[in-house]
Amino acid sequence: MLRLLNINTFYGEIHVLKNISLHIAEGEIVSLIGANGAGKTTLLNTISGIINARTGQIMYNNKDIARKSPDRVVKMGISQVPEGRQIFNPLTVLDNLKLGSYIRYRRDGSRKIQRDIEEMFTLFPILQERQNQLAGTLSGGEQQMLAIGRALMSRPRILLLDEPSMGLAPLVVTEIFKTVARLREMSKTTIFLVEQNARAALKLSDRGYVMETGKIMFEGNARDLLENREVQRAYLGKEKKPIWE
Amino acid sequence: MSLFSQILQFLLTGITIGTIYGMVALGFNIIYNATGIINFAQGEFVMLGGMFMVWFTTVLKIPMIAAFALSVIMVTLIGALFERLAIYPLKRPSVLILIMITLAGSIIMKGSAMLFWGKETYTLPHFSGEEPFYLFGATILPQTLWILGIMFVVVIILAGFFNFTMLGKAMRACAVNPTAASLVGISVKKMVLLSFALSAALGATAGIIITPVALMEYDRGAILALKGFAAAVLGGLGNGVGAVVAGLLIGILESLGAGLISSGYKDAIALLVLLLVLFVKPSGIFGVSEASKLKEF
Ligand SMILES: Nc1ncnc2c1ncn2[C@@H]1O[C@H](COP(=O)(O)OP(=O)(O)OP(=O)(O)O)[C@@H](O)[C@H]1O
Ligand SMILES: [Mg+2]
Repeated sequence: MLRLLNINTFYGEIHVLKNISLHIAEGEIVSLIGANGAGKTTLLNTISGIINARTGQIMYNNKDIARKSPDRVVKMGISQVPEGRQIFNPLTVLDNLKLGSYIRYRRDGSRKIQRDIEEMFTLFPILQERQNQLAGTLSGGEQQMLAIGRALMSRPRILLLDEPSMGLAPLVVTEIFKTVARLREMSKTTIFLVEQNARAALKLSDRGYVMETGKIMFEGNARDLLENREVQRAYLGKEKKPIWE
Repeated sequence: MSLFSQILQFLLTGITIGTIYGMVALGFNIIYNATGIINFAQGEFVMLGGMFMVWFTTVLKIPMIAAFALSVIMVTLIGALFERLAIYPLKRPSVLILIMITLAGSIIMKGSAMLFWGKETYTLPHFSGEEPFYLFGATILPQTLWILGIMFVVVIILAGFFNFTMLGKAMRACAVNPTAASLVGISVKKMVLLSFALSAALGATAGIIITPVALMEYDRGAILALKGFAAAVLGGLGNGVGAVVAGLLIGILESLGAGLISSGYKDAIALLVLLLVLFVKPSGIFGVSEASKLKEF
């Protein structure tokens, strides 16, 4: 469904993504893990068209979208939940959700949009309670839910999630991860999940990629990655080396 | 005339001209919110609105209402064209470059107006006669009521647009966070174009309604832009309510200053207010200081 081929992205002269190739099949949950500054956000922004790759291709349903503008990418069905939520603080929760449907509100009409907003409220009941509140006054967890809801309102085929667990209490993180898993079951949305919380992310995923300083270091089944020694040592916090090694 | 009615008269004059400053300030804010740009060509839109209106009604003999609409449309197109030719092609321009560009734009618009209409001062018939009303000894021209009424309608329309339409909300979203806006599928470049068009339409409207009482000539834009800018800063850049209130305030101060001190100081008052605000409270009377720190100005 989505395939990146030899993507190289620069900030000025700083080479951030170095020959990244990866693929995501329809209906999969794929996670990307890596330390701070590895280039995960840059990778998502390259897919979304916020930054253009200098070389390489991003094939989406057999079309190269590598130089498309962000709004075109959303229209084609790829929606991003950006790092740090980035909801529209001075607008209400409801307006944030409505803006999520910006690409289709003219085509679909308010009846359909209303139904989808109801659906978001079923997914995140707290948002219904808070619908007329300014988005900036929500708690961190609620803001994350709103950011996810807003992205879903475009009815994406692929959802890109950038560190949804960042800065949230463990209980909220669990809830958000559960919702992500439910999304795939409910709406068959393909999910590309960027996380530092590697263990939780991999447990949820079918496959995973591990990124280090702009390169993919490991890739494979999520379960294999969870059991990979080096991945464990670097990202899963298992420092204990068995003595016989 | 008693002192009371004299002061009332100055207040009325001040409110009339202040309305126009407020509308220019709103024009500044619309573009500033969408782009972070201070469009110094804002005053030229006012001048062009007045000039086109004069030309359509007196030279082409087009009826008033049609000429009003046509003038607004012409200036809107000029605003949009300006954005497409001068702003759109830039990639990550610095604030300084943008200032230079809007200044250049204003000089070009002024020059073109001079070529086309000459250096004369033009006037326009009042919309509904010049028979004044009297209020406690002060005179009110019907045109004053037109100006206030149209301003009121424009502000209501703008408020409705930004609060109740998807497009208006999209523009606000763009102002809050352009990256996030583009991630929900809003084309930021289209919003920038729209903001220039909207500002131009607003400026043109102000120019058309003010010309019957204030007359119009090719080089009026700069001083209007300066006063509108002072109002925008005083009201807190980007703040719509602030712009209108500050515009009225500057208009009143100016009129009182001219009447009670000397009309020679009239134009200096807006500048004085601007400087004072910049020294004392750069975020403006309605501004939040945090917000002004985050932006580029
Ligand atoms: N706008 C920018 N200009 C210049 N360099 C940037 C910019 N954004 C990111 N970088 C650099 O690119 C590298 C990758 O950053 P990126 O944000 O993609 O990392 P990340 O993997 O998402 O990290 P984190 O887990 O902390 O979010 C970093 O070294 C960062 O300093
Ligand atoms: Mg990141």
